[in-house]
Amino acid sequence: MARDDELFAPGHRACPGCGAAIAVRWILKATGRDVIVVTPTGCVETFASPYLLSPWEVAWLHPLFENAAAVASGISAALRYKGQAEKTKVVIIAGDGATFDIGAGAISGMLERNEDITYICYDNEAYMNTGFQRSAATPERAATTTEPPGKMSLGKVRPKKDMPSIAVAHGSPYVATASIAYPIDLYNKVTKALKIKGAKYIQVHSPCCTGWGFSEDLTIEMGRLAVETALAPLYEIENGQLSRVRKIKNRRPVEDYLKPQRRFRHLFQDGAGAEEIKRIQAIADANASRFSLDA
Amino acid sequence: MKLSIAAVVKPGTSRANKTGGWRVYRPVIDLEKCDGCGICQMFCPDSCVQGAGKVYEIDYDYCKGCGICAHECTREAIVMVLEEK
Amino acid sequence: MSKLVIMEGSMAVAEAVKACRPGVISAYPISPQTHIVENLAQMVANGELECEYVCVESEFSAASVVYGASAAGVRTYTASSSQGLLLMTEVIYNAAGTRLPIVFTGVNRSVSAPISIQVDHQDTVSLRDSGLIQFYVESAQEAHDMHIQAFKLAEASDVLLPVMVCMDGWILTHTYEPITQLEQDAVDAFLPPYTPVHCVTPDNPLTYGSHAEDDVMMEFKFMIHEAQLRAKGKAEEIAREFAELSGRDHGGLVEEYRTDGAEVILVAMGSMVGTIKDAIDEMRSEGEKVGLVKVRCFRPFPAEAILKAVKQAGIVVTMDMNVSMGSEGAIALDLKSALYNLPSKPLVLSLVTGIASREITKQTVKAVTARAREALDAGRVEERGEWVDLNRAII
Repeated sequence: MARDDELFAPGHRACPGCGAAIAVRWILKATGRDVIVVTPTGCVETFASPYLLSPWEVAWLHPLFENAAAVASGISAALRYKGQAEKTKVVIIAGDGATFDIGAGAISGMLERNEDITYICYDNEAYMNTGFQRSAATPERAATTTEPPGKMSLGKVRPKKDMPSIAVAHGSPYVATASIAYPIDLYNKVTKALKIKGAKYIQVHSPCCTGWGFSEDLTIEMGRLAVETALAPLYEIENGQLSRVRKIKNRRPVEDYLKPQRRFRHLFQDGAGAEEIKRIQAIADANASRFSLDA
Repeated sequence: MKLSIAAVVKPGTSRANKTGGWRVYRPVIDLEKCDGCGICQMFCPDSCVQGAGKVYEIDYDYCKGCGICAHECTREAIVMVLEEK
Repeated sequence: MSKLVIMEGSMAVAEAVKACRPGVISAYPISPQTHIVENLAQMVANGELECEYVCVESEFSAASVVYGASAAGVRTYTASSSQGLLLMTEVIYNAAGTRLPIVFTGVNRSVSAPISIQVDHQDTVSLRDSGLIQFYVESAQEAHDMHIQAFKLAEASDVLLPVMVCMDGWILTHTYEPITQLEQDAVDAFLPPYTPVHCVTPDNPLTYGSHAEDDVMMEFKFMIHEAQLRAKGKAEEIAREFAELSGRDHGGLVEEYRTDGAEVILVAMGSMVGTIKDAIDEMRSEGEKVGLVKVRCFRPFPAEAILKAVKQAGIVVTMDMNVSMGSEGAIALDLKSALYNLPSKPLVLSLVTGIASREITKQTVKAVTARAREALDAGRVEERGEWVDLNRAII
């Protein structure tokens, strides 16, 4: 017997231990039933919409891969036309592939028009649904199938794209990062965003046991480690100003987070890898400094 | 059954897919040790922990046996036991 | 009952769209469509048109916005041309599969590369496999009238497909014609408010965009195809209803022009048809037994209507303002396919004409008819998909 606020039914086809599924559950607890959710192609869409097997208890639409932000803009316009825009929220739940890469143009349009939409990206840091290909959200030096480590490479060259800053640059009234390891915080951030008019962006760090290569019972622990190493900083930026961060007591070294993951295993083989780990530590240090994370 | 226009699907119909068949290990809650913190229910990716207060139970029809609940339980009240069929 | 005003073709389209009371319009500029959406923007700004007007960052988003709005149960419209239509292609396929009754104007313009703002049908014809219903009009008046019919056809419960009214850029959008409009009450009576079968709403939370496995996908696709086939009868019914209402009868899926006893029949679509009709009048007065089948509805392809009109002719000439590179024009391909198994059928001379506004004059039409006459006398056609008035010397 499920609780009333469980708007994501069981029976979906997510991997056992899926971080994105946890994100969806908590997002829907915050939205309640008066919502229309748009999800572009990706993990969540694929595991949550086989014909005749839908776990969605709310109105839900999957259009294409690159246009969730534009389709949601159309839904928002229709709600305004029907006089229902105050009552019914429009929320996007999208993966990082759709958000950081292929959908970036449409997102820019949505942000520029300040559409009354809450865009929530579940970030598992690659195109996981299709077998772990690199996206702009993939962190530096992570292994993916399209930018794999080898004799000539140590994994992803470029740093993680700073999508929250892009949202801030468009003048979004509310931009936040969250993590499935801190679900109440995620719930609170979504709730807060839904009360603000305009185009809001929330990025939810969602560890992926299958793609990152760790035991499926460690999903939440990996999420915590990402936050506690400052590789996944949790913060809110309201009207362009950093307003709140989650402080870290006793910040952990990045090795604690990297070592258990297959996608970083190549960094633990030799001296070259050790140098890269130092660079990743520098990224974490820079995050801690930028957001004043150390308590 | 006739196909729907535009392949629309009714809500909650995934319940027909009993993913419990996927698991290798099943979580077993020791209610003596449980203090009702609800963490297991918070973190289950499949909405499989039912109940409230100090009484929780696993919906074995859908539990995929990922073990997050057992790992996160603050009282070590959940043990993963090999499924025997 | 009606008012007559001289106006730019684009304005005629905007007036027709306004009269249909769309709820959401999306706009992205591209020549030669832009005047249409500009006119609509001004109408909204003046309070003459109450709808949500969304300026987007690309045609992909323009199509996506109306996709979303239509899915949310509101009447929607957008327009594009050339590169913009190609960019909308993925969404148009998606809209057909999601059975959304969006109305588009496809203002015809050549396709890059090279880039050109000249006119041909390559852009809209390239959408023909998607499930989108397509009409091609000859005049701004017909464009005006077809947009009103398009909404009704799209929203018919046994159709539920997006509809595109295709009209030649510049020629029909940027020239002035006397346009007779219907009074708003008449349009309202003809086209009641859109009531979707279902839509995306929390009041009845459905899942849209599910994925289909191999046991049902073919059937879902067949449902689109069947809806296209049903649209044939529905389009003719709506045309008749509109003709009664307005006194203007543009024809059904095709228009036959002086086909009685014609030995040579030309088949074409778009504004060139006007020139062809004039040429036919002149040729007829000189004794040539020539006629025209104007293809009005290109998708679904009106094979039955065309066959009925051309069966008795000696030779049919298809004048395609488009080409499938490496093969022939689209009308030719569809028509020859429809004719093939008939025990007795006319010859077909298939020609590619008017690419990127290569002029189609009355002379062109007469020359083409003369070639057809020669082929008919010889009893065979040698060439296939020949490009007319091509300047070989510069190649």
